[in-house]
Order: sequence, then structure tokens, then C-alpha cells
Amino acid sequence: MPITKDYFFKIGRITHKTSLFKKRTLSLTKKVIVMEVQIEDPILITRYIAGDERALEALIDRHNQRISSFIYSKVNDRGITEDIFQDTFIKVIRTLKRGAYNEEGKFLPWVMRIAHNLIIDHFRKNRRMPMYQGSDSFNIFSVMGDDKLNIESQIIKDQIDTDLTFLIDELPADQREVLIMRIYKDMSFKEISENTGVSINTALGRMRYALINLRKVISENDIILTN
Amino acid sequence: MEKIYSKEQKQCDLVQAKPETVQFLLNFSKSLEITEVNGIQFESNLN
Repeated sequence: MPITKDYFFKIGRITHKTSLFKKRTLSLTKKVIVMEVQIEDPILITRYIAGDERALEALIDRHNQRISSFIYSKVNDRGITEDIFQDTFIKVIRTLKRGAYNEEGKFLPWVMRIAHNLIIDHFRKNRRMPMYQGSDSFNIFSVMGDDKLNIESQIIKDQIDTDLTFLIDELPADQREVLIMRIYKDMSFKEISENTGVSINTALGRMRYALINLRKVISENDIILTN
Repeated sequence: MEKIYSKEQKQCDLVQAKPETVQFLLNFSKSLEITEVNGIQFESNLN
């Protein structure tokens, strides 16, 4: 097409039309956005139950600040607020998905009630198990300990136990029998004498010799059996 | 008369859950499936 006055005129009209079209679309989009905002909670809930996940996003976004601020006003801790907010919505999601939601009440008061109950649960739990936080001057772990062995001591203890079993195996049979019954099976000397058919004194004597022999072997071979 | 009112009023803290928390909830919702068998509802999390 030759570039003439007419050409520029036509181009001008097209551009004008395009901008008009753009304006119309823009206003339509705005209307759609306005409509989106105005969708009420019950409609969003129905949509969510029907499977529209975006409806839940809209619901959370809409009530996020109010619910979070409500929780924060009670617990005064950002981390706990996040936890309770999350637990609240997990309950909401479960109830909605199970179809157990009652349409009679309004959504926000219902969610607030769940949050409120969870806040009470949080305080109850904390009262039963109060959390102590150590400071620079005092650390609770300096007076409180865990009676379990650490992994290194546990390995050493296992090693000693195994070594000791080998040593016990080296003892004469009668002494070994008494020692195992007394130490490992936790039997009294009376029970041992009944089981082995010897007198209590003999059993005591065998135990004594067993220990003496063990000590002798340990000292002769320079075995260290301490943790 | 002395003014006993403080100038600053206690401001209400506006808090919002983090986007990660919201994202977690949306993912949880997507993964949660409820199946009903003989009137008993079962929850399954398809991760």
C-alpha cells in the first residue's frame, strides 16, 4: 500500500480503535476484579467444597489479617501465631472437605471460634509443660541432666560388657554358673543353692572365687574395665 | 490541671500469616482426600 495521506488517516483510525478496545477491556477487567472481591464467603465455601482450590486461597487471603491479629493479640508471639493459624486452617480444611460444615453460621466467627479453642489448648498445654528458657546467668541444663549415656560412653560400656563375657567364659564351670545366676539372672544365694543343689555357703564360696579369679585375670592381662 | 493522658495510644498490632504458611495450607488442601466407605470417612494425604 502506498504511503499517502489516506494511509496515515487509516492507521490513525486503527490506533484509535485499538486504544478504545484496550480501554473497554481494561474497564471490563476492573469490573471482573471488583466482582471477584465481592464474592461472599458462602459462595466461596460452596465453590471450595465443589473442588475449586482458588476459593480457599481467596478465603485465607481475605481473613488472614483478622485471624492472625486475633491470635497474636492473645499469644503475643509471632511463631506461635503462625502455628495456631496453620492448625486453625487445617481444621477448617478438614471440616469443609468432610462436608461437615454448617452453613447456618457465618464463616469468620466459626474460624475465630476454632482459633480461640486452639489458643486455649495452647495455654493449657503450656501450663502442664512449661517451657524454660535459659539465660546467660542461669541455664536449666546445668542442674538438669539426662541419665542416659552419651553415644561414646555407650560404645565403651558395650565393649566392656563383651570383654567381661569372654572373661566369664574362661572361669571354671561351677564358678561361672553361680556368677551368671547372681549377676545376670539376679537370683539370691538361696535360689542359687536350690537350683544347683549345693549349700548356700558353697554358692557364696564359688561366687567369691569367681570374683577373685576374674580380678586375677584382669590384673594379669592389664585389662581396663572402667568407663 | 496537669495532663495525665499519654500522647501515644496503644496501637493494635496487625499481623499476617507468612506466605509460606498460606502456601503450605493450600498444598495441604490439595493433597487431602476424603474417601467414604460404608459411612466411615477416611483421610488420605497424597504427597
